[in-house]
Amino acid sequence: MDNLLSFSSTMLYSAFILYLIATFFFGFTIRDNKKDRQEKSKAGTIGISITIVGFIAQLTYFITRWMASGHAPVSNLFEFMTFFGMTIVLAFIVIYFIYRLTVLGLFALPVAMIIIAYASMFPTEIAPLVPSLKSHWLYIHVTTVSLGQGILAISFVTGVIYLIKNIDQSKRSKRTTWLEIIMYSLILFIGFIVATTAFNLMNYSATFEYPVGNKTVQTEYTLPAIAGPTDGVLLSDGVMEPLFETPGWMHGADAGSKFNTLLWSFLVGTIIYGIIRLILRKRIGAAIQPLLKNAKLDLLDEITYRAVAIGFPVFTLGGLIFAAIWAQEAWGRFWGWDPKEVWALITWFFYAAFLHLRLSRGWHGEKSSWLAVGGFAIIMFNLIAVNLILAGLHSYA
Amino acid sequence: MKSIKCECGHVNPEGTVLCEACGKPIEGNQHIDGNDKKKLLNMRYDGTARRSQTYNKSIIDKIWSFFSSVKVGVWLIVLALIASAIGTIFPQQQYIPIDAISRDPAIYYPETYGILGQIYYQLGLHNLFSSWWYLILIALIGVSLVICSLDRFVPLYKALKIQKAKRHKTFLSRQRLYSESDEVSEKEKEQVIQNLKKQRYKVRIEDGHVLAEKGRFSRWGPYVNHIGLIIILLAALLRSTPMFYTNEYVWVREGEQIVIPGTDREYFIENKGFILDVYDENDERFKDAIQKEGRIIPSNFQTNAVVYKQSDDAVAGSETDLEKVAETEIRMNHPLEFDGYKLYQSGYQLNEFSQMTFEIQEMPEEEGAEVESFGEFTIDLINPQSEYELDNGFTVVIDEYFPDYFLDSNGPNTETQHPRNPTFIFNVYPPDTDKYETSFVGDIIGAADSIGIDTNSVELKPMGEVLGMFATNLDATGENEYQVAIKNMDFHRVSGLSVRKDSTLPIFGFGAFIFMFGVIQGMYWQHRRIWIQPTDKGIRLAAHTNKNWFGVKKDIEKVIENTNVKMVEDQQELDE
Ligand code: HEM
Repeated sequence: MDNLLSFSSTMLYSAFILYLIATFFFGFTIRDNKKDRQEKSKAGTIGISITIVGFIAQLTYFITRWMASGHAPVSNLFEFMTFFGMTIVLAFIVIYFIYRLTVLGLFALPVAMIIIAYASMFPTEIAPLVPSLKSHWLYIHVTTVSLGQGILAISFVTGVIYLIKNIDQSKRSKRTTWLEIIMYSLILFIGFIVATTAFNLMNYSATFEYPVGNKTVQTEYTLPAIAGPTDGVLLSDGVMEPLFETPGWMHGADAGSKFNTLLWSFLVGTIIYGIIRLILRKRIGAAIQPLLKNAKLDLLDEITYRAVAIGFPVFTLGGLIFAAIWAQEAWGRFWGWDPKEVWALITWFFYAAFLHLRLSRGWHGEKSSWLAVGGFAIIMFNLIAVNLILAGLHSYA
Repeated sequence: MKSIKCECGHVNPEGTVLCEACGKPIEGNQHIDGNDKKKLLNMRYDGTARRSQTYNKSIIDKIWSFFSSVKVGVWLIVLALIASAIGTIFPQQQYIPIDAISRDPAIYYPETYGILGQIYYQLGLHNLFSSWWYLILIALIGVSLVICSLDRFVPLYKALKIQKAKRHKTFLSRQRLYSESDEVSEKEKEQVIQNLKKQRYKVRIEDGHVLAEKGRFSRWGPYVNHIGLIIILLAALLRSTPMFYTNEYVWVREGEQIVIPGTDREYFIENKGFILDVYDENDERFKDAIQKEGRIIPSNFQTNAVVYKQSDDAVAGSETDLEKVAETEIRMNHPLEFDGYKLYQSGYQLNEFSQMTFEIQEMPEEEGAEVESFGEFTIDLINPQSEYELDNGFTVVIDEYFPDYFLDSNGPNTETQHPRNPTFIFNVYPPDTDKYETSFVGDIIGAADSIGIDTNSVELKPMGEVLGMFATNLDATGENEYQVAIKNMDFHRVSGLSVRKDSTLPIFGFGAFIFMFGVIQGMYWQHRRIWIQPTDKGIRLAAHTNKNWFGVKKDIEKVIENTNVKMVEDQQELDE
């Protein structure tokens, strides 16, 4: 049993490394020397092959973890975020074989990797299923939603590539700023990963006691407390005293520790972003732009749209229809305006609006790309913020 | 109606932008689809006359145009999106947590979220999803759906049916994919046509003009999916009437048999036992997670239930003449279904009190001292009396009874009428006097909580004799000579079951199916058309699709392989 589980973790780890290597090969394909065309297409072939091997490794992780736990590993934040990373890779592989666009890999794989690494920062123990989750619909529903979101994520990837290539970087504008905000947001995830990993390695731990209603509960901080819990008292010795308290209007389970983690992500993320800017001496968007000389804008735009066209029905099926069937089985109501459900509806509305806007002139190209970014932001919000902040029936974490 | 005759001889209805037969742009109407400012033709509805674009005089015309505009549709969708997001800022009223300061929204929102919470509550946003304006917004989307679909479907259907293979030459040259080849032999033309057929295009030839078409049915996808959405909205409308939807909740004690609410007193349920299973904290697999969680994790909630139906000739509500309809285990995710009703395992009480035994004692001098007893009395919490007379002359009057006691700033109160945390104010009359002493006794659950027992997952029954010692026992004046101590207590388990009957479910299911069918039809297939026109020695080639231009280009590449036909050029005007 333990062996199976550790094998499973190794497979996930291997998948991650393979995606990393594949990214480098895809990077090679966009180099700007015209003569070794053949070499470039070879690099693309190697890249996609390694990606597929990585995907198989991750699939193996998924299956073995399923065997070890006795239920599909999509039941907590770690599990379903990793699965989401996997569906992004799958969607990338499929789209790659339709359009043969190597630059896609250079951006899609890092997004998937950030998501997987992010997921691994959350508790990875196999958790038992509470009665409401004990249903086949759990994995039918979660896997379908995730697949839909993975396909939709590809439109984000092509959207970002489009924006980097298309936006005039010669002077600062609203567009360059927003593009930098996208880059910065991705780096915040890395900030979170770096901070969490660093203090994990140091085994950092500080325990606080704070009141909830008329009870007093304890919470463990694994990052030094910049913000302590509201009205909290530090119990551990020899650790950092909090600089200030989490404001009282932040509620929800363990708001203090989550707020503190957010602060750390911003702190470390901002430092990393600063260092990158210092090294590059220009906006990240401006630095990447020259690499995209050979990317074709109309093809990128087409893929953005196509990914939404393919992903939208899958998302509807998983996120609304299967979700409703399951809710009907479990609670006797197929729709209950729970925050998670509402955000699935919001995602659906958003992409419906996207599809309708595409019907009219003037919404292709750059505007579509911005929309694709917005859609992905909503998906991430639903996966992360709704679980951690707007806790409802569905909150696992 | 002013109709327009095209030079090809076809008579078009008023408002037509491109001739239905040959596609020649009709003079004076090009502004309708914005073709006048562009090189390429807007092919959205094949340039057919749409009511919304043609008539704009009467008020009905205006309303029609308004709702059939995609722009308006998108605005409505975006408004619904924003409204929904606002509805998740704070919990909706139904999701106010059990352990909240107060379940009264007037108190909960301002107390928990301050001034913003106050505003949220005052604006009624705590019931946003059932507010009139949210429902109107959704209804407007429905109206818009119907009108825009009608506005476009019929003309588009006609246009695609009437269209000729022989097209006007500007129709071709103003398509996004277009090429002119000067030298193409008859043999090559034949080869191209064969290739088109091989690619599963339907080929029509008129006077050497070729129209190759595939996937036309995908054009109906949006209309099919919109019909699905309308069916769903209609189902939602029906569901708001009690005729189609029953929603009740019932608490049944173990061993009890009661009528099921919402069934016209026709059905009865008997609770043969409630079971709560928990995960074993030593389980190899889960022990780490359970330890981290630091609490008991349930694995199963279950009611062993029997449902009876009254036989037809019995008096309504009487408990005789019952016949068994079902006997099963109702578990989470496994509701019990009978005669269109469903029973869901929705809640439970492990520790509802069935009776409590009290003893009147002399007030101890100091804690733990031996005390003399003046007799016992037992309260049956399902049928409490108002007064208990003891053998030795003591009388106890229940002054106040809080079945489900809690304390807040307004003093002691009861959450529900179920004996979940019985607490009493007793007036104790010693023998032969009408002066009495007052005692406040109870709150066992509070006592259990404070010594760290999770009363939601641990049964208190085995601890009945001990728990009484931890109970609250207050003497308001501090001058009492007697105290009322809790000697023993007994519990029973209660199952909470939702009762549902929802005749609209099949309609929702049908609507969802139609919707899915429509989106897949519209998204996973595409309508592709390729036109070929003979010129002096060569041909003109043009193509249009409603989506997936990449796919059509690939089709054309394959079709013209090894011929002199030039590859089409993409004349797309990406407007930034
Ligand atoms: C949430 C509600 C809605 C959903 C989910 C929805 C869904 C869709 C989908 C999936 C398509 C196909 C798009 C494509 O092929 O790219 C479509 C097309 C369309 N929708 Fe909607 N729709 C909704 C509401 C509306 C509303 C309110 C209007 C009214 C203005 C509207 C007007 C149209 C039109 C005109 C088309 C194009 C039809 C065609 O291509 O022939 N839709 N809709």
